[in-house]
Amino acid sequence: MPRLVSHPDEVKIVTSRFGKGAAKIDRYLELGGYEAAKKCLAQGPDWIITEMKASNLRGRGGAGFPTGLKWSFVPKQNPKPKYVLVNGDESEPGTCKDHLIFLHDPHAVIEGTIIAGLAIGAKVGFIYLRGEYRYLLEIVEKAVADAYAKGFLGKNIFGSDTEFQIITQTGAGAYEVGEESALMESLEGKRGIPRIKPPFPAVVGLYGGPTVINNAETIATVPHVIEMGAAAYAAAGSERNGGTRLFCLSGHVERPGVYELPMGYNLKKMIYEVGGGIRGGRTLKAVVPGGSSTPVLLPAEIENLGMDFDQVGKAGSMLGSGGVIVIDDQTCIVEFALRTISFYQHESCGWCIPCREGTDWLKKSLTRFHAGFGVAKDIDNIQYLAENMMGRTFCPLGDAAAMPTLGFVKKFRKEFEDHLNGKPCPFAKHVEMAVI
Amino acid sequence: MSPETMTLFSPALAARFDALVQKYPVKRSALIPMLLYAQDEIGYLSDAVIAEVAERIGITTLDVRDVASYYSMLRFKPVGKFNVQVCTNISCMLRGGYELYERFQEELGIGPKDVTADGVFSLEEVECIGVCCWAPAIQVNYDFHDELKPEHVPGIVAGYRGQAKAGAAPDA
Repeated sequence: MPRLVSHPDEVKIVTSRFGKGAAKIDRYLELGGYEAAKKCLAQGPDWIITEMKASNLRGRGGAGFPTGLKWSFVPKQNPKPKYVLVNGDESEPGTCKDHLIFLHDPHAVIEGTIIAGLAIGAKVGFIYLRGEYRYLLEIVEKAVADAYAKGFLGKNIFGSDTEFQIITQTGAGAYEVGEESALMESLEGKRGIPRIKPPFPAVVGLYGGPTVINNAETIATVPHVIEMGAAAYAAAGSERNGGTRLFCLSGHVERPGVYELPMGYNLKKMIYEVGGGIRGGRTLKAVVPGGSSTPVLLPAEIENLGMDFDQVGKAGSMLGSGGVIVIDDQTCIVEFALRTISFYQHESCGWCIPCREGTDWLKKSLTRFHAGFGVAKDIDNIQYLAENMMGRTFCPLGDAAAMPTLGFVKKFRKEFEDHLNGKPCPFAKHVEMAVI
Repeated sequence: MSPETMTLFSPALAARFDALVQKYPVKRSALIPMLLYAQDEIGYLSDAVIAEVAERIGITTLDVRDVASYYSMLRFKPVGKFNVQVCTNISCMLRGGYELYERFQEELGIGPKDVTADGVFSLEEVECIGVCCWAPAIQVNYDFHDELKPEHVPGIVAGYRGQAKAGAAPDA
């Protein structure tokens, strides 16, 4: 069972009900649950969207798009039914926050889905969980059934004339399905291949109807925003980055775990104080700040780095999905790059050629390199390949593979050069056989 | 297939499938969960499973295969009663995922994607399973085991072996 951690610097908003038995509906109600949904039902869609815009809540899946703005794009009148789709396909390596939300506070996801539905005028919401999260799907299904039994879902929610249904859905192992258009394809019972945009999901989405797709953490945050007020929520964070974020601190830290910290929290402090520093008294070599697809940062780059979408963007990386992966000085970056790209090669859906071929060639080159058979021009070739994948695919998976690769090659070129001419890797324990 | 029910699946699962095709605005949305639940009961997607799922949804078997081949949890070959999946992705790798994977290979006496002779265990390396902060971690069927060290391996294996001996159904 995933262990909960705590640190005095945490500001517990989304995690406030963790470890309190809130998966049970009566307990959730005791803790103030479903009051936000009732309030939204009384206030109406325009008020909800105004509040969400004022909260500065930005999408927690990785792109950081303002949630209120996203909801406002959905046309008010539309011949086709509208849908809310909750993305719980959490698959970005380094990310495990939705896991805890579904485990400890599934009703927050349900309540947030209802509110999103009220805001855009949808009658149906879907909660999609990755297939590996079977035990969590069972928890969510139970919570949904309990919400129906209480009359919070159904034809007349909270005794009103408004209808809202929730349908749960499971994936079956595919990173790509975390991309919003691929997610819709998967939910329609197809291969998870991305759709070209425009049209955007807010106009033509699931089953062709306007669809709002939000990350599970974003949706779980919504009831808290309503409950505490948009201004108070926004004030907890930094400029244009409202509230808190669930940071998944993993890798070589003394105290890994999911910590809820204010947006803009200093990364160095997160590693050394919240996470207790580098494991075994070693030194920091690098940190991947927002899940495996985000470019690596060097110790010098994190000195004054506030963890919000804008500041991390300015530092040349991304806040992404909140997966902070800490790497110590005993780690081979070439091996780390190879393991990262192996993942993207495995997960590429094969639809776009630059991604399908690019990830495969990157993996081949890096495997050969790591085994000691690299030549000097391979380094430039790896960089050239990655540069030519950027921005040339339907969905961001191609970029997700290319961006970290470019980061590793540019920032650790010396380490790549140290692997040249059959020199054994100074760190590696697992050298895969290379096909030359 | 029993002639009375005309289904490969247990009455409970058949009833679940009847409910699933009603659940979504479009019937085909039931496809992926249906394949996963069918696999949980039968062990893998056999030709007969694919044919029945296609029939229930009203699409071709080719359509079913096309979709199923995309998802890494869906398989066309049987695995062990307990399928041990060791995550070696970056967060797990940094905390000893590969050492764990090697220890499992020794303990079970099988290599990657193999099944033990008695059919109890199979072993594979998997991509991120969403337990990064409690790395390294594994999944045995759907059960997570986290914060592992190689020395935990014999105990885990013995536990499942005991379940298999007791004739307990896999918790798939």
